[in-house]
Amino acid sequence: MKRSHIIAIIIVAAAIGIIITTAGDASTYVNFDQAQQMSDAGNSTPIHVVGSLKKDQSGHIIGLENSVDKLSFSFVLVDDNHQEQKVFYNEPMPPDFLRSEKVVVVGGYQNSQFVAKKILLKCPSKYQEQKLVTR
Amino acid sequence: MHFLIGNLGHLFVIASFVASLVCAFAYWKSFYSANNLEKGKWVNNARFAFYFHSISVLGIIASLFVIIYRHYFEYHYAYSHSSLHLPGQYMISCFWEGQEGSFLLWMFWQAVLGVILIRTQRAWEAPVMIVFALVQAFLASMILGVVIPAINIKIGSSPFILLRDAMSDPIFKIDPNFIPKDGHGLNALLQNYWMVIHPPTLFLGFALTLPPFAFCIAGLWQKKYSEWIKPALPWALLGGAVLGLGILMGGYWAYETLSFGGYWNWDPVENAVYVPWLILIASIHVMMTYKNSNTALKTSIILAISVFILILYSTFLTRSGILGDTSVHSFTDLGLSGQLLLYLLFFTVAAIILCISRWKEIPSSEKEVSVYSREFWVFLGATALCLMGFQVLMPTSIPVYNKIIELFGGHSNLAPPANQIEFYSKFQLWFGVAVALISGTGQFFWWKKMDKGKLKKELLTPVLFSLVIFAIIISVAKVYSPVYLVLTLAGVYLIVSNVKVLLSVTKVNPNLSGGAVAHIGVGLVLIGILFSAGYSNVVSLNNSGMIVNKEMGTDFNRDNLLLFINEAKSMAGYDIEYRSENLELRNKRGYVRKNDIDPTSDPYRVVAIKDIVYKGEKLYSARDTFEIYPENTFYEIEMRKNGKLAATLYPRIQINPAMGGFLASPDIKKNFDRDIYAHVSAMMSREEEPNWSKTEEVKVKIGQQFFINDYVAILEEIKRIDQLGGVTLNAEDVAVKAKIKIEGEHESFYAEPVFLIRNKNEVGRIPAEINDLGIRIALLNIHPQTNEFSLGTNARQKDWVVIKALEKPFINVLWLGTCVLMVGFGMAMVRRFKEFKS
Repeated sequence: MKRSHIIAIIIVAAAIGIIITTAGDASTYVNFDQAQQMSDAGNSTPIHVVGSLKKDQSGHIIGLENSVDKLSFSFVLVDDNHQEQKVFYNEPMPPDFLRSEKVVVVGGYQNSQFVAKKILLKCPSKYQEQKLVTR
Repeated sequence: MHFLIGNLGHLFVIASFVASLVCAFAYWKSFYSANNLEKGKWVNNARFAFYFHSISVLGIIASLFVIIYRHYFEYHYAYSHSSLHLPGQYMISCFWEGQEGSFLLWMFWQAVLGVILIRTQRAWEAPVMIVFALVQAFLASMILGVVIPAINIKIGSSPFILLRDAMSDPIFKIDPNFIPKDGHGLNALLQNYWMVIHPPTLFLGFALTLPPFAFCIAGLWQKKYSEWIKPALPWALLGGAVLGLGILMGGYWAYETLSFGGYWNWDPVENAVYVPWLILIASIHVMMTYKNSNTALKTSIILAISVFILILYSTFLTRSGILGDTSVHSFTDLGLSGQLLLYLLFFTVAAIILCISRWKEIPSSEKEVSVYSREFWVFLGATALCLMGFQVLMPTSIPVYNKIIELFGGHSNLAPPANQIEFYSKFQLWFGVAVALISGTGQFFWWKKMDKGKLKKELLTPVLFSLVIFAIIISVAKVYSPVYLVLTLAGVYLIVSNVKVLLSVTKVNPNLSGGAVAHIGVGLVLIGILFSAGYSNVVSLNNSGMIVNKEMGTDFNRDNLLLFINEAKSMAGYDIEYRSENLELRNKRGYVRKNDIDPTSDPYRVVAIKDIVYKGEKLYSARDTFEIYPENTFYEIEMRKNGKLAATLYPRIQINPAMGGFLASPDIKKNFDRDIYAHVSAMMSREEEPNWSKTEEVKVKIGQQFFINDYVAILEEIKRIDQLGGVTLNAEDVAVKAKIKIEGEHESFYAEPVFLIRNKNEVGRIPAEINDLGIRIALLNIHPQTNEFSLGTNARQKDWVVIKALEKPFINVLWLGTCVLMVGFGMAMVRRFKEFKS
């Protein structure tokens, strides 16, 4: 076998390795039920859950708890299956958190509590919400 | 309403689009013309068309700039990207805040490059310029803004669209000629000097990937399979330098204005330009060895094409809206995704077809590559770079896979890796090591014929030197992590071996030393990244061991720190103290405390309550009226080390509902060996009414000391006043003002509550509030018999802010490395341009 063939094989092997690790490290979008099942099965890789904040009938956000030192908070997220889950986040509340239409939490269950490692907010974009100031 | 300028601009857009198509057609005709006379005629037509196109592009830019600069808010572009109070230099940044403007910028650079190529590359003119003209036509179509009537398809999004056509606000039904008084303003995060120069640099880098691609296509087309490399190489080098610089400027901007605590976040938008840059660097290396190896020739062709296609792919990713949730800063979708996909596919398919049809004819050799040849090492390096890019490209494209699966009726719930930084770093780090070792060693093969014995001799000195320097660095900087040890050693070795090569090459011919200089820069960049990112130290780390949440029962490391005003907290060797809220001065450099000014009816003008002193310099006297920027609040954070002031930082917050609510930017104190960095992660809301404690009443005489919420206070005087808030009181009304001095932590404050009797028996009390101390004092009653006064005091929670502070050691090594890398690129480029001319 020629040396260039060996190199080619190594390159292909490396590329395949990269694809496999990418697939392995990729996270998934799931709902809370699936996340709970994954956690029960001993799978601790962080997952993405998309949902919105729990609101009462008049549209007020409920279930929000700020810690005394303001450095962490918890909230109730309703996933696409309308399942509610209390989520803890160990960072101060992002100031535009309450305005967000959709919240993506990245994290997982720890001792039956959902702990978010990262929160992505989808806020109404400036183009949709734009209103003219007519004065 | 200024219709003329917009119509003129739109006319220029259409002209530039048509001219680029005409240009491509004319060059095509000239290319296939049999006789020289006809050829010459077509070439002249084509050149005229390209010049006309270029002038039209300038016309578009001028029209758009007039609209922004003259504040024609009847135009959507001016309204949504600019405002009356926007400082002049940022008018330039609002030009490319919108997608249309950035397409325009890209077109502009390619028009410039096209004109240069027409004037310098007569031998390659027709085929190269056909590629150029087609690319320009695609770009012009993105801002065309024309609806094809029969099939009702809109092509492109015009920057000259009127506000009333862009928005369906009811006001336009009432008054179609309505013009807003002020614009929306530029996103505060983009109001930064780097945003003035980063986009032009980046888009020049984008544009510079086109000449190598165009030469490559022209070479395949004309069957000049190796000749295309000589004219393409200097452009590739220039592109490598400019694109690299553009990426780093973007990183530096992110470091200064976004508050994620670093300069690189592995965001899809960043990855989308990082990958083509890596492949471009690989292609430059391979192109330099084409003379000796036919394999290198084929690889060069593949890589030169890949770089341009990857640029198109990155454009598609960032502008089509496909990244959706996964990126924080992709453009909003303008509905151009179909057009962008067509742009990408057209050049991809065309290039692949051309390659396949010519592949067999490209010379190839069956000669085995020796391990001791420079070709072998260049290949190894290029392979490492390509795999490095591939590793980033695969996960970045996850949203694309989901879309494709959905397109075929499937469902995919694949999400990007949860912790991007950790995920990418763990791979890229090892690629960095590989690249460092290969390019450190490969340099010796570049300049000399090598065999086993010689190689050992060459390597001995640099290896020994590297080990010594490595030992010094790790003992001084206390590097213990095995991965970082390996990367440090590889980086040091890369620098040392290239210094050796540099010294020997400079003796022969200094013009040839660009490569060695560039590689030294890469080594410095690697070490700079390692220390600034790997050893970034959270100063505000809260390891008090407090259980954060009872339900959780787990300990967290907490990176954020709650600071009450004027109460220092000790963290990581620093005393950190929150001192005040500030506003930025408009006409002088500096900040003014919000407590030291009174507002006027104009939000941009304020009156000084006392002398305004910033950093020991008196900027304004009491009662002066001056201008400020009201949008941003700057939180003064003092950081002291061993009692000495280490930094006073002013991290910024802008509350701007129109721009997505809350924008935080850090402030950085740049020191020689480390940066100190802080940003605000939460702050109290001034809109909510605070919870005041129950009123405490004290009876005091003039000159008597007493306590308000543990602060020492003294009632200095009581004075009758006959004016209140600028209004003169009636003769029978009585108003008295108390003057109370309160000793704060750093300074004394005066509170002046007012007691008022109007119309004989209506009692009014106007309390005074001291923001810094969180107290409120009211003059409740006057007891003339005992000469005493009743004061009512309330306290509230003091002003607070939550911050995160970081130390970034040796980050300057990274910036130094960048500069060295650019110098190296410059030297190599000058040499190749000279070579091409000779």
